[in-house]
Amino acid sequence: MNARALHVPRWVERAFPLIVLVVGLLAIAAGTDLLAGRVFQRVVTVMFINVILVVALQIFTGNSGLMSFAHVAFMAIGAYGSIWFSLSSQEKRLTLPDMPESWFLHQVHLPFIPALIAAGLVAAAVGAVLGVPLLRLRDASFTIASFAWLIIVHSVALQWDELTRGSRTVFGIPQYTGLWTATGWMLLFVALAFLFREMPLGLKLRAARDDEAAAWSIGISSAWVRWVALVFSVFVAAVAGGLWAHFITTFSPNSFYLRQTFLIVAMLIIGGSGSVSGAVIGAVAVSLTSEALRSVENWLNLQRAAQTALGQVIPFQLVGFTEIVIALAMIAVLILRPSGLTRGREIRWPFGPKLDRPAAVEPTPERAGW
Amino acid sequence: MNDIVQFVVSSLSLGGLYALMALGLVIVYGILRLINFAYGELVMVGGYSLLILGKTVWPWIFVAALSVAMAVLASVLMERVGFRPVRNASPTTMLITSFAISALLQNIALLTVSPRPQAVRLPGFFVQTLTIGGFRVKAVDLISLAVSLILLGVLTVFLRRTIMGMALRASADDFTMARLLGVRANGVIAVAFAISGFMAGIVSLFWVGRSSLVEPAVGLQPVLIAFIASVLGGMESLKGRSSAATFWASSRSACSRSCPRACSTTGRPSPSAS
Repeated sequence: MNARALHVPRWVERAFPLIVLVVGLLAIAAGTDLLAGRVFQRVVTVMFINVILVVALQIFTGNSGLMSFAHVAFMAIGAYGSIWFSLSSQEKRLTLPDMPESWFLHQVHLPFIPALIAAGLVAAAVGAVLGVPLLRLRDASFTIASFAWLIIVHSVALQWDELTRGSRTVFGIPQYTGLWTATGWMLLFVALAFLFREMPLGLKLRAARDDEAAAWSIGISSAWVRWVALVFSVFVAAVAGGLWAHFITTFSPNSFYLRQTFLIVAMLIIGGSGSVSGAVIGAVAVSLTSEALRSVENWLNLQRAAQTALGQVIPFQLVGFTEIVIALAMIAVLILRPSGLTRGREIRWPFGPKLDRPAAVEPTPERAGW
Repeated sequence: MNDIVQFVVSSLSLGGLYALMALGLVIVYGILRLINFAYGELVMVGGYSLLILGKTVWPWIFVAALSVAMAVLASVLMERVGFRPVRNASPTTMLITSFAISALLQNIALLTVSPRPQAVRLPGFFVQTLTIGGFRVKAVDLISLAVSLILLGVLTVFLRRTIMGMALRASADDFTMARLLGVRANGVIAVAFAISGFMAGIVSLFWVGRSSLVEPAVGLQPVLIAFIASVLGGMESLKGRSSAATFWASSRSACSRSCPRACSTTGRPSPSAS
């Protein structure tokens, strides 16, 4: 028994990571609402939507060990899907002028939340069909196939004028998502992801990730649990896409491509894919860091434009500086700490007896899902 | 008739380029089980070397040789700095590492050169049209086709007849066993990356030569096609890829001629459609 042990009901200890995450995120939301200006409020809202996306990816990737590049494609389906359902016939004439008025979809006009859920269900249905062939693949083959799906969705979105306005930007979408809407959905999905990880299905999924043969031998169908996780995580990603669409209000298929994929994957890898805490911490850390870097970048560019003493030493307009730092951080994490900042574990109850459970085996790269 | 001949030559030459890239991907995959996302960036390195060195007064052929050398160097460096530390991790970790390296290199180009496409100096013979037996074909197509065929032949001989080639094939078969028999791991991997970079360098000459423009994302399209080609041809085997790549490139080229927009991955007609 450890002297530090503080006896609390078992559920407090088990729910501790979730409580910390919820309190922390709520504090960020409240602080932003009370103290920050409009610009920073936008930054935090986008960050919260990114948290949902990273949590969506964690639900699947973290628990199954299969890295997916396809989630941004489902974000796209969610974004376009949500505007099909949430815009009135009148608004669609402006925003999606190529959609034939005779289509049933043209008449559909749902309130915001049902529209989000409908978009999520559309994406989940697509994911459910896609998952059947895709989940037969393992390791890198799965990742490449999911990457192919990203390209497919991007190409289709660029061409299907009736549904997406093709490569042109859609605009005129009402801004329904605010800071607290994003906060509410984020907390909901963080909690669901946490529960999913701990519930029997999530445990089976993680068992199949760690040792597929052993999981088989105790009657776990890895194909089934992976499929359920994929469908659920795709739903979450699509809802995030819908929230994003109704926050940004103008976007094009290129918004949902390699850049966004890189960002989401980097957030998950840096935070640690094995735990929900890792997903949230990675998303928050990368968002705040890149925002700080971006303002430094802008400031330096202004200096350069004004030809001040400092500005004259900058040889070129700074673009992509932020991405360079994120990419470097990601490579460093992959090399030095392959299971991320959180080492793939949830935040631990700090007052627990030290030898409460069998000493955790330090995750090898394979075992951590990488 | 003239159109058909032009079309066939152009498709075959594109197919040759994709075959070279697919080979460059597979030769690394065979040994390390690494799918190198950053491969397109080697084409970018070659292209930018061509751009920057092309501003000198040096003869083009010398500039081209230096550009290929730069791509080889970048490839070997990429392995040394990025991939060696994660060599023993799972294939997925290596794949994500290559994804990060790809983003890193593209953004470095964005930062230090320019986000905009830039024109590259090309020698006159690249843009000429030749008339052979009454058929007009572009010189660049014939040259790139010839170079691809020669390189494929040289590589085949190298893999079959030389000690290093045998070591490469043995490592692709069973790396542990090959090492037990005295094949040096670092050496053989460095050679694989060097060959891979060489292919990318050669491809960059002709890929950039087709549109005469270079931009940070220049390598994206050929590498996507090379991915598909290498999957179609079989990632595991050292046979069949080139035919698959050529076949795929030809059908793609046919498709992009009939409907340029539908075949592009960027929303613009691809350079192959020109």
